[in-house]
Amino acid sequence: MTKLLTLAVQEVRTGLRNRWVVATTLLMTALALTLAFLGSAPTGTVGVGGLTVTVVSLSSLTIFLLPLIALLLAYDAVVGEVERGTLILLLSYPVGRGQVVFGKFLGQTAILAFATALGYGAAGLALAAAGTEASPAAWHAFAAMIGSSVVLGAAFTAIGLLISVAARDRGTAAGLAVGAWLGLVLLYDMGLLGALVADQGRFLSAGVVNLLLLANPTDSYRLLNLSGFAEVGRYAGMAGLAAEVHLGPAVLAAALGAWVALPLAAAAFLFHRRQF
Amino acid sequence: MAEPTVTLSGVAKHYGRLAAVTGVDLALASGECVALVGHNGAGKSTLIKLMLGLIRPSAGQIRVLGHDPAGGSAVRGRAGVSFLPENVAFPAAMTGAEMLCFYARLKGEAVAAVPGLLDRVGLGEAGRRRVGTYSKGMRQRLGLAQALLGTPRVLLLDEPTSGLDPASRRQFYDLIRGLRDDGATVLLSSHALTELEERADRVAVMNRGRLVAAGAMAELRGLVDLPVRILLRLPDNASPVVPAVLDGVGDCRRVNGHIVEITCRHHDKLAVLRRVVDLPVAVDDIEIMLPSLDELYATLMARETAR
Repeated sequence: MTKLLTLAVQEVRTGLRNRWVVATTLLMTALALTLAFLGSAPTGTVGVGGLTVTVVSLSSLTIFLLPLIALLLAYDAVVGEVERGTLILLLSYPVGRGQVVFGKFLGQTAILAFATALGYGAAGLALAAAGTEASPAAWHAFAAMIGSSVVLGAAFTAIGLLISVAARDRGTAAGLAVGAWLGLVLLYDMGLLGALVADQGRFLSAGVVNLLLLANPTDSYRLLNLSGFAEVGRYAGMAGLAAEVHLGPAVLAAALGAWVALPLAAAAFLFHRRQF
Repeated sequence: MAEPTVTLSGVAKHYGRLAAVTGVDLALASGECVALVGHNGAGKSTLIKLMLGLIRPSAGQIRVLGHDPAGGSAVRGRAGVSFLPENVAFPAAMTGAEMLCFYARLKGEAVAAVPGLLDRVGLGEAGRRRVGTYSKGMRQRLGLAQALLGTPRVLLLDEPTSGLDPASRRQFYDLIRGLRDDGATVLLSSHALTELEERADRVAVMNRGRLVAAGAMAELRGLVDLPVRILLRLPDNASPVVPAVLDGVGDCRRVNGHIVEITCRHHDKLAVLRRVVDLPVAVDDIEIMLPSLDELYATLMARETAR
């Protein structure tokens, strides 16, 4: 347990030293604050809308940005150490290979959690300070958005680590990471939409669509935040979809959790089998 | 011999059709320093990686401190093993002291020992600087420092003296001797044969993945059987008496009026010396030149190639 913590802390220290933590936190804070104030401009500052609209805009930002940051942070974690020659020394120490993977995961997720909580938290505080009125339910949705953003970041960190363990060299890993981002964040939804339009409801039943949405962490995240809370759903234009998709917050959260656990387990498994 | 700390029996490692290591049997005891020598690509690093469990053997069995290094209980076994990789590298953004603290924690050792250890390898002040600013020799010292953490019972050092200046090399061998005297097993691979000759208790010679010879220098000399040269310094004009005394054991050659060179087989060495003592003239000086590890190695390699 202490070894796991040592490995995680080392990962955070490295992140602090090479400015990843600072850069990520500043980026998240700047974008969150911008969206919090620009995003509420169309609705004006009156009414309950302010915070709820911010939840909608921030979760859309998260879907694009957080997976990218997580993948950029994680893709290098193992394959980079292999190429720099630092990994074989680490593996000669009395630590399990699972501990190495999990320690790196914990450290990098901690960096993302810190940046997200601080950046989005700052936006929340700024809105409160600016006198934005918000219902307790809206604050609840806001908190849930921060929490699920961290889980989404963790899921893409796990995917990034899986890529980093599986790839032979850094170049390949970088390519795979970009591919994972494009595929899961952009192309998947386009493909799904295209399929739905072309299909005209003949083969793709609601059940199949539900499964397809769960099969992508960004969609699980989107549904959890944009349709999980009635108030948010109205602003997000997702009320219609939410009525069709019969996926409760618990199922969506479990799907996100599985997107953390499965790639991580696969990464640990592959790392165990690898020879250096 | 005491219970060996490291045993390899019938160990082989293949990468596809390439056999990196084949049929290696080797046992290392505590309190001995074993040198692993061989050409580039002879399988020295592969052998060390096998002992660390970084790779799994294609055949054979490996035991390090009672554990299979690639097996389930390997993590516990590695607590007593330390390793210095060839071309050791550290994250450039960290300082030397930070890295040592990290490694100490992973080994479950007190971080308080780190400053002392930095001094011991001659990095005292430099410990506060980033590893990225280190020279090759300084990185090597830091690598050595991490290998000295705790009380390792087995040290596997891959080319430990590369990049070290002569003074640091001596310091390094002093450290190694101390550890060996305290009962540690030290395996070091190197190309610096002249250095190893005096420092290693045993030498293991590898060629194209096979262990071609292993033993103390004396055993290797007996095995390879290179001629021993004995130089005698004699009083004026005494040299003609030597061949008669030798009586066919060894060849005799007059170098000049004072010096006679006798060449004999390894196991005739003592017989020759006994006869030299019996010479009717007083010998001024005697110098015995045993074949060096360099020569033994070259001969072994030549024979292996001829085979």
